[in-house]
Amino acid sequence: MSDVKKVLFGPILSNNPIALQILGICSALAVTSSLSVSLVMCIALTMVTAFSNFFIAIIRNHIPSSIRIIVQMIIIASLVIVVDQVLKAFAYEISKQLSVFVGLIITNCIVMGRAEAYAMKNGPGMSFLDGIGNGLGYSAMLLIVGFFRELLGAGKLFGVPVFETVQNGGWYQPNGLMLLPPSAFFVIGLVIWALRAYKKEQVEEPEFKIAKNSRSQEAL
Amino acid sequence: MASNNNSIKKTIIVALSLCLVCSIFVAGAAVGLKPIQKENRDLDRKRNILAAAQMLDSSQSVDEVFATIEKRLVNVEAGRFATEEEMKQDGVNVDTYVQQDAAKDPDLSESLKGGNDPASIKRRAKYAVVYLVEDENAKARIILPVHGYGLWSTMYGFVALEDDYSTIVGFGFYQQAETPGLGGEVDNPNWKALWEGKEVYNENGEPVIRLVKGSVNPNEPDAEHKVDGLSGATLTSRGVTNLVQYWFGDESFGPFLAKLRNEGV
Repeated sequence: MSDVKKVLFGPILSNNPIALQILGICSALAVTSSLSVSLVMCIALTMVTAFSNFFIAIIRNHIPSSIRIIVQMIIIASLVIVVDQVLKAFAYEISKQLSVFVGLIITNCIVMGRAEAYAMKNGPGMSFLDGIGNGLGYSAMLLIVGFFRELLGAGKLFGVPVFETVQNGGWYQPNGLMLLPPSAFFVIGLVIWALRAYKKEQVEEPEFKIAKNSRSQEAL
Repeated sequence: MASNNNSIKKTIIVALSLCLVCSIFVAGAAVGLKPIQKENRDLDRKRNILAAAQMLDSSQSVDEVFATIEKRLVNVEAGRFATEEEMKQDGVNVDTYVQQDAAKDPDLSESLKGGNDPASIKRRAKYAVVYLVEDENAKARIILPVHGYGLWSTMYGFVALEDDYSTIVGFGFYQQAETPGLGGEVDNPNWKALWEGKEVYNENGEPVIRLVKGSVNPNEPDAEHKVDGLSGATLTSRGVTNLVQYWFGDESFGPFLAKLRNEGV
């Protein structure tokens, strides 16, 4: 039971794919300017990761190692196309906003990473849960980033005004930078900082130390 | 079993069967969901037509509002509404006519060559679908379809004109695949709002509306003919300028709109 719990909820705080492994940053920058779009992206990615893990785990003993990556890519790509078609059919507006980013789930390192690292070695059930777990870790991060970006950038949450903006006669001067992709870097950086301050074991060993300032005659 | 996984035979069998299963899966999803997707696309198109005319109303459904506007065919070359006889002769019907398909049909379109094709659309359909919105002056606002090539894709959109047939009510693309974040900003509501109130024609009846680099100074003498260009998207901006100038020019809707201005609908 504790295994299941670890696989399912571990990736949220202690092994977050974005915060600790720094994977899947690209889509985290692109789709988080509004919460509803982020949420759909999270669901799409969680589904793709879970099912690709599941299918890869089922056939893991039959995959020739020489074409292993290609086999994984075919399964992932097929799932992404299906997700894209489903979004176009049932959430057309949002699929237009997500545009290319649904297709780019194929290249999302989290999906490939979990397929290669977990699903190739574990059974379908656990692999499915691992996919859901990593999807949740990704979702948690995306929703936090989306929350701050939409709130500070547009004064809204899920499109509902929370802070009345100056343009609409309110008091809040929206921060336009928060709507642009680079702001996600700042938010992700701050979240990683907060997470590592809370869980000290995630702090990496410094690769090199900064030397003390040397005086000019010593340098000579 | 696992020991001979790396044999050539096994590799080929796995690759082939996987491709077969995945292709059935993908094709099944694409075909099965097509009707719903088409419905969504139609609704989105209607919504864009209404949005261009600033007629979107959250209290009414898109279909309800759409039913209040009139769809007509225009014979672009002749510069007038299509007559019953021509439509019968060409076998087209207002309700079923799709301009995008007709542009590919050699019987219903003409090819544009050389300098005649600033918007890079290659073929232009003989008939264009326009929408009329009657207003209290017994004249009508008109919604015209426009399209042209940007940087990567042909952009399809609608322009709605006031009943002086020169002032823009609204403008928007419903289909484009320009670079997201740069040229893709043609879908940005703030940018689309800039078109409102701009004048297409100058005193001499020439279509002078265009996109300019940077933002337009409202105190400039011909600010009403200029719209802010998209930053980082020079080629898309150029494409938009070309397509509006083409569609409002003499080669296209120009004569039709001049006729409307003089004679009414």
